[in-house]
Amino acid sequence: MPNHTVADILRGLEAKTFSSEEITQQYLDAIVAHDPRYNSYITVTADAALAQARAADQARQKGNGGLLCGVPIAHKDIFCTEGVRTSCASQMLDNFIAPYNATIVSKMAQAGTVTLGKTNMDEFAMGSSNETSFYGKVHNPWNTDCVPGGSSGGSAAAIAAGLAPAATGTDTGGSIRQPAALCGLTGIKPTYGRVSRYGMIAFASSLDQAGPMAKTAEDNALLLQAMAGFDPLDSTSMQLAVPDFVGNLNKDLKGLKIGVPKEYFSEGLDPAIGAAVEAALDEYRKLGAEIKAISLPHTHLAVPCYYIIAPAEASANLSRFDGVRYGFRCENPKDLDDLYTRTRAEGFGAEVKRRILIGTYALSSGFYDAYYRKAQQIRRLIKQDFDAAFKEVDMIAGPTTPNPAFALGEKVSDPLTMYLEDIYTIAVNLAGLPAISLPVGFTQGKPIGLQLIGRDFDEASLLAAAHQYQQRSDWHRQAAPGSV
Amino acid sequence: MEWEVVIGLEVHVQLNTKTKIFSGSSTAFGAAPNTQASAVDLALPGTLPVLNEQALKKAILFGLAIDADICMASVFDRKNYFYPDLPKGYQTTQMDFPIVGPGIVTINLADGSSRDIRVHHAHLEEDAGKSLHEDYHGMTGIDLNRAGTPLIEIVSEPDMRSAEEAVAYLRKIHSIVTYLDISDGDLSQGSLRCDANVSVRPKGQAEYGTRAEIKNINSFRFVERAIKVEVQRQIELIEDGGKVKQETRLYDSDKNETRAMRSKEEANDYRYFPCPDLLPVVIEQSLVDQLKTTMPELPDAKRQRFEQAYGLSSYNAALLTTERATADYFEAAADTAGDAKLAANWVNGELSAALNRDGLSIAHSPVSASQLGGLIQRIVDNTISGKIAKQVFEALWNGEGDSADAIIDSKGLKQVSDTGALGAMVDDVLAANPDQVEQFRGADEGKRKKMLGFFVGQIMKASKGQANPGVINKLLNEKLGS
Amino acid sequence: MSLDQNEISKLARLARINVADSETEELSQRIGDILDMVDVMQAVDTSNVVAMANPHDAVQRLRADEVSETNQREHFQAIAPQTEDGLYLVPQVIE
Repeated sequence: MPNHTVADILRGLEAKTFSSEEITQQYLDAIVAHDPRYNSYITVTADAALAQARAADQARQKGNGGLLCGVPIAHKDIFCTEGVRTSCASQMLDNFIAPYNATIVSKMAQAGTVTLGKTNMDEFAMGSSNETSFYGKVHNPWNTDCVPGGSSGGSAAAIAAGLAPAATGTDTGGSIRQPAALCGLTGIKPTYGRVSRYGMIAFASSLDQAGPMAKTAEDNALLLQAMAGFDPLDSTSMQLAVPDFVGNLNKDLKGLKIGVPKEYFSEGLDPAIGAAVEAALDEYRKLGAEIKAISLPHTHLAVPCYYIIAPAEASANLSRFDGVRYGFRCENPKDLDDLYTRTRAEGFGAEVKRRILIGTYALSSGFYDAYYRKAQQIRRLIKQDFDAAFKEVDMIAGPTTPNPAFALGEKVSDPLTMYLEDIYTIAVNLAGLPAISLPVGFTQGKPIGLQLIGRDFDEASLLAAAHQYQQRSDWHRQAAPGSV
Repeated sequence: MEWEVVIGLEVHVQLNTKTKIFSGSSTAFGAAPNTQASAVDLALPGTLPVLNEQALKKAILFGLAIDADICMASVFDRKNYFYPDLPKGYQTTQMDFPIVGPGIVTINLADGSSRDIRVHHAHLEEDAGKSLHEDYHGMTGIDLNRAGTPLIEIVSEPDMRSAEEAVAYLRKIHSIVTYLDISDGDLSQGSLRCDANVSVRPKGQAEYGTRAEIKNINSFRFVERAIKVEVQRQIELIEDGGKVKQETRLYDSDKNETRAMRSKEEANDYRYFPCPDLLPVVIEQSLVDQLKTTMPELPDAKRQRFEQAYGLSSYNAALLTTERATADYFEAAADTAGDAKLAANWVNGELSAALNRDGLSIAHSPVSASQLGGLIQRIVDNTISGKIAKQVFEALWNGEGDSADAIIDSKGLKQVSDTGALGAMVDDVLAANPDQVEQFRGADEGKRKKMLGFFVGQIMKASKGQANPGVINKLLNEKLGS
Repeated sequence: MSLDQNEISKLARLARINVADSETEELSQRIGDILDMVDVMQAVDTSNVVAMANPHDAVQRLRADEVSETNQREHFQAIAPQTEDGLYLVPQVIE
């Protein structure tokens, strides 16, 4: 099992080297033995996983298994899973047993995956360090004194620690790509509308997008193949055919034009990361790509724009948590007002409450135009930067994060510097574009991520570019020190 | 001082779609609590809305009916507030880009005049659930079956100047939505609810007075009474040196008074913003054109046609066209009867009185349009007199027969026109009243006319009303030698 | 920039989140920091820029008016804090 990829497992299952039940049991054992060090899971569904694994083994034997038949994975605890607690890492939903499945959960199950459990995350996906979880912080397997990134930090740590070969994540401002970068993984945020949001607990509806996290681009292609596609239950899901991501992995990169925005190499970028990214670009030159300098002039406005739009949408999305129909309710409410204000004060953590209040402010009478409308206009300028760039180039490359994993607790008291860790990832969500992060080196023993940004709905090119880089590098094959 | 009343109405109309505006739950009325509240309606985490095609089409139809501009790219917004019957903590509604733009509703007043009331806009939105205040150990019960039922909210300009005009406006809205079959219009089930913005100002003053909003009035009668009592309250308040407060009030029909709502006292800031879970609702002109072709004849057009094609008085035509069901009933009855004026009199007279007496709607009338038409046919062809017809109508009403003909037959109510039989009757009456015959013969032309009535009456009595009055008159004139 | 106590109370009220007096100062500071950070947007001339609410210029899809949901009340109310006779219970609502 050590360092297994999804593709490895599929080959092993096909060759009958092991059964799904065996490999699932191995992962479950590893979680029990090692997760106390990382805290990457909130809930482990051992019995259900083994039952699913046995069913998958039977299906495979009969030859009617899905694309990922028998592959164990983990779901971020933001996706509703019927009959299983779905907490969003919040006390508010600590007692919430989801009564239905998210579309992506159903689709993965149809593809034959086995669910090991639900992974830790920042509360309601609000954070970049996985330190805001009601269930405690998550440790980075590469350096357990450091954060794994967030908000999909549990998914990232679980994969890096060998406690799952792959996992689902969500990305509102970098929440797949940043933890992937910080944990030495590959993770893709698909184009907005590519993967259904139905059953994924909303943070910021116009930015949220689900996607896979795994060790390799090939695994990402396999997982995205299973989870992507039109969903009639999501009005923002796009009615487009899903390309053959796996079949496209070896598409020739000759003549590919990669733009490198000068704004992504400004002050604040760790020089070691800058150097690793340059080295990776050299590899792309060798693969026949053409590297061009470009400019995305509104880059500096992305973080401010995001910190109005995301909290504004969140402030309304989180109003449903009121202690009436499900979830946490405060003890002995003395009247309706008390029910609301104490349930929400006690059920939400500090960062969530802060963001709700910011969002409330940005939408309130007298401030809407100056904040919310302004941010929506800036959002268009940011999108137009990308539109202009994609007239010149096919793909945009740069660092995923300005710094490697930082120490746990280091930025908790200074949210603003934490927000700046997402400076390269946030604009992509504002524009709705697909982007992938892949490992391209290490600094002080901590992984470095390269981000590739693609045109709308062109995930196939990103996966191909990442895959072919990984055919000539082994950063993604490195195992974290304590990993299984 | 003379006061002028200024009224604007916000009318909420439940659309009669099979399912909710954003989910596939049934909207059928009267189900057990929360059995029609799906994951989306309950706002379970992760659920998302998808717009119901019929709700959109029905809203467009309303816009076309009031001659309004249809917004080709309308937008859904979130209106944020906390209330236990509002599961998401926001209502999905339309603020800046409502589906229906400015339009006109023509109201018909009791004196036969009509007036145009401007509609500011009409937008699509979702209804809330219901709070049941019966005591559950000091708690309130929440039923979310109604949550997510599609509504159009029709917002008028402050164009109405009396409670009567407000009621006429509401009746007209009711008429339009039921004609279009976009709502069942059932006020008793809350399908049509209304908020009234009421203010007063000294006659001649240009600017409006401070208004109070009376929430959630659900009958025509209460709209009139609530507005009247609120107007009275405001005038008395001002005349006593007080000031009207801008506030939300509730009408208490038992006490016939309005009172300030406690829960709505705090100034709300609804923080509207475009709902990111829904995309702009872009409509093709072809859809609007296609819907136009499905538009039924509307009350005003029907009324005009009734006046012109059937020669009805504007009063009768107005009565018949207020409700589509009445108009359809009338047309069917008139078609069978072959005499539209007579049919109009019967529908507005006997039938309407009977329906009122038994508290029935025309849809539930025990006498069908073809039965009434058949009855009128027998008046027209002199089989029965108008008086006998009333007896036959009662019998039909009570289910004593399937048709007027069957009842006339079984009860032997056929009018007697046979000269021989009637001649004998006339002879008997004349023989029994020699004095009157004497007087008649000695009287002048004017008096004779009156006295003839006496003999007719006696003969009708003798024939139990079945004698043909025309034949009797003719025979009497012959036999009395005049 | 920092918000004063009144402004924090107003926001807390709108969001129905109880904020203790002892929390007000830190909240005010943190929210103020974010407002300072986003202030850079004000310098950008956006007078001719159309607000962007969604990443794609897509339009709303419509759902056929057909009942697709069945009664799942017991299933859904199994996770409710308090119910009776099929109703969700809340402290008394005063109109």
